[in-house]
Amino acid sequence: MQAQRKESLAARLNCAKQFVAALEEGDEQLADEILDNIASVQESRLFQEVGKLTRELHEGISGFTVDERIANLTKREIPDAKERLNYVITMTQQSADTTLGAVEALLPLSDRMSTQTADLGEKWSRFLRKEMDYGEFKTVSNELVQHFTSSSETLAIMQAKLNEVLMAQGFQDLTGQIIKRVIHLVQDVEHSMVEMIRISGGRFSSAKNPAIAKTNLEGPAVPGVSDEDTIINQDGVDDLLSSLGF
Amino acid sequence: MKILIVDDFSTMRRIVKNLLRDLGFVNTAEADDGQSGLSKLQSGSIDFLVTDWNMPGMSGLELLKAVRADPNLSSLPVLMVTAEAKREQIIEAAHAGVNGYVIKPFTAATLKEKIEKIFERIEA
Repeated sequence: MQAQRKESLAARLNCAKQFVAALEEGDEQLADEILDNIASVQESRLFQEVGKLTRELHEGISGFTVDERIANLTKREIPDAKERLNYVITMTQQSADTTLGAVEALLPLSDRMSTQTADLGEKWSRFLRKEMDYGEFKTVSNELVQHFTSSSETLAIMQAKLNEVLMAQGFQDLTGQIIKRVIHLVQDVEHSMVEMIRISGGRFSSAKNPAIAKTNLEGPAVPGVSDEDTIINQDGVDDLLSSLGF
Repeated sequence: MKILIVDDFSTMRRIVKNLLRDLGFVNTAEADDGQSGLSKLQSGSIDFLVTDWNMPGMSGLELLKAVRADPNLSSLPVLMVTAEAKREQIIEAAHAGVNGYVIKPFTAATLKEKIEKIFERIEA
């Protein structure tokens, strides 16, 4: 290294001496030639540097684009994520609608039942206090029979409506699974952007993104996102299972 | 009749538990992943298993396989209730020996039908 440097210095000094000698002798042509030689050494260094930079940039860019993860992110996963999040909105909306609908149906029913019960309770107390004549008692006992019938009908409706509310909460599991996937995706995007900044920041590396652990489970079927190999409804599952002898 | 419900989402466990109660099955137990589900099964007294598939730790499919591989549990009826709806997944579960497969979101009627069907088969 030291010897190389010395040699290079000696060569340049030699060039300079020849240049001065040529000028002193008035040999303009030779002086120009020597000057060109000195410049060409510098130029070729510059070319080497540019060449090196170009190669590194090329490697960086091609390393970046061959990373399938990024192609997938832009082509498929981000549009999918939008669909998935829209599906979350649809599901939460449906759940809220079902729940509110059931509550709106339940409230007047329970209101009517409680009015009826209070009314009959008051009449029954009057009967117990012997404040009721036979004619009224006959009417009240008919009312009681009707009340029991209508109550059991109303309670059956209430039971069904409460079950609807119960089932409507299933969205929490499914939307939770979908949102977890989107969070994963956002982390992937973040990782890729950090990688991009790293590359454009000039510190080149051929290191690929570490493969992000991908679950092979698909999660909830999302209309418009899931491929044709996904069975969207229970009937499809039943058909498939019965074709397998179930 | 004691039923074990395995799902990592507590909301879904509550829904299934309430539906089962509505169907007359009041005796239920719960677990939030395959591993704890398997320990509960191995400690005995469970007659029926309802499990999700996609769970952290041990998945429902692994649980199903572990159940079928355990001589004390191998004949336990297993109903899978899951969001996984790929054709090959359903086939995989069928090959692993699942007794019924319900995809989420499901209705109370579907769950009832599948459970009753499993019991009919066992009695037949």
